Amino acid sequence: MNAIFAIIRRDLLLAMRRKSEVLTAVFFFVIVVSLFPLGIGPEPALLRKIAPGVLWVAALLATMLGLQRMFAPDHHDGTLEQMVLSPTPLGLLVGGKIAAHWLLSGLPLVLLAPVLGLQFGLDADALGVLMLALLLGTPLLSLIGAIGAALTLGLRGGGVLLSLLVLPLYVPALIFGAGAVEAHISGLGAAGHLSLLAALLALAVFFAPWATTAALRIALE
Amino acid sequence: MTMKENKLVHWFKYASPQSFYPLAGKMIPWFWALTAAFGVAGLWISFFVAPTDAQQGEGYRIIFIHVPTSWMSMFIYIVMAGWAGLGLALNTRLSGMMAQALAPTGALMAFLSLWTGAFWGKPMWGTWWVWDARLTSELILFFLYLGFIALQAAIDDARRADKAGAILALVGVVNVPIIYFSVKWWNTLHQGSSVSLTKSPAMAMTMLWGMLLMALCLWMYSIAVTLMRARAIILEREAHTEWVKVLDEVKS
Repeated sequence: MNAIFAIIRRDLLLAMRRKSEVLTAVFFFVIVVSLFPLGIGPEPALLRKIAPGVLWVAALLATMLGLQRMFAPDHHDGTLEQMVLSPTPLGLLVGGKIAAHWLLSGLPLVLLAPVLGLQFGLDADALGVLMLALLLGTPLLSLIGAIGAALTLGLRGGGVLLSLLVLPLYVPALIFGAGAVEAHISGLGAAGHLSLLAALLALAVFFAPWATTAALRIALE
Repeated sequence: MTMKENKLVHWFKYASPQSFYPLAGKMIPWFWALTAAFGVAGLWISFFVAPTDAQQGEGYRIIFIHVPTSWMSMFIYIVMAGWAGLGLALNTRLSGMMAQALAPTGALMAFLSLWTGAFWGKPMWGTWWVWDARLTSELILFFLYLGFIALQAAIDDARRADKAGAILALVGVVNVPIIYFSVKWWNTLHQGSSVSLTKSPAMAMTMLWGMLLMALCLWMYSIAVTLMRARAIILEREAHTEWVKVLDEVKS
């Protein structure tokens, strides 16, 4: 367990020394979300309708931006090979890196989403559901994204390729995440969607670090 | 040595590209012949035997190609993931080559399924595309194929490409049912499905036969094309070996 926390601390510290990369993804999220009303028009009813979808799609894209950074710098300076050789199971270390990625790119989105949701005229309850859905969904995005990041490690054109691999796999998270808010707004109740999102998260917590580890070993062979 | 052991040895022999290459060469004409036979029978039934549909007219006949391509696109993904898993578990080179050879055919089937579906939808539903659960998950399946092909193409080292592709195929095959059901729930929860394929009148027996024969035709076609592609991949990757250099088709 200590190893996980050490990895998380290290990754957070590295990110704090180079704040611009983290902030870029966060501002990207804000800008993309703000562009939609400009493109679609300021009609409040329409904006309220599209808000969950827009916020979620923007969250998917913003998460994508940071994915490549998850392993590439460590691969570049040889840290990753040391991790593979270390006595701590690689799966745990990878779990730590995924957790750090979520803290840097997922958590800010969860905290920012209500502010942006206000711009779209969502009420307080809907904002709460939105935050909860993002809280369950963004770790899922980091976990699935880690597999893609490991598979494309060190490849030319890795960034574009990464989005091609990962975005189709994000579909269930998008559907249930945005669906939770919409179900709440339409009075159906968000519990079903949130439970499914939590189930997917449990599945991913178990399998994704394992698949990521396998992919990393292949990339380093 | 018992019978069983004997058989095991026999099968693993063909896991080596060198012995698989001539075997595939011998099998390809047979699969082409089967393709032609099933194709002629299937097309004959679908165009001449199957009656004109009372509600949908002649246009419905496109399902004789649409449904089999959809089946094949899903089936090929599972077979591809199976080869990929085999390749990871047993570390056989041929498995990766087979997975790589299957992917373009699977993508083609998914594309044809979408395309013929659009052609069918226009006269029947009055629109090229609806966000129906099946259409949407077929589209995502197509994206998964493209991702697999793109990943393999981006990696220069063939062995790494095989293994990375294998992991992606396995992750994909776990996700395909999740994606299918999530899209289905998404569709039913959002908008009452305006069209339903399952509520159509019970299918006539001749139509089922036509579809089955066409499915067999496409199945045989997929095997034949995959074997040809696998042979080409073997020649490419094994170009440095002695046995490839003495092949007639390489020397000439």
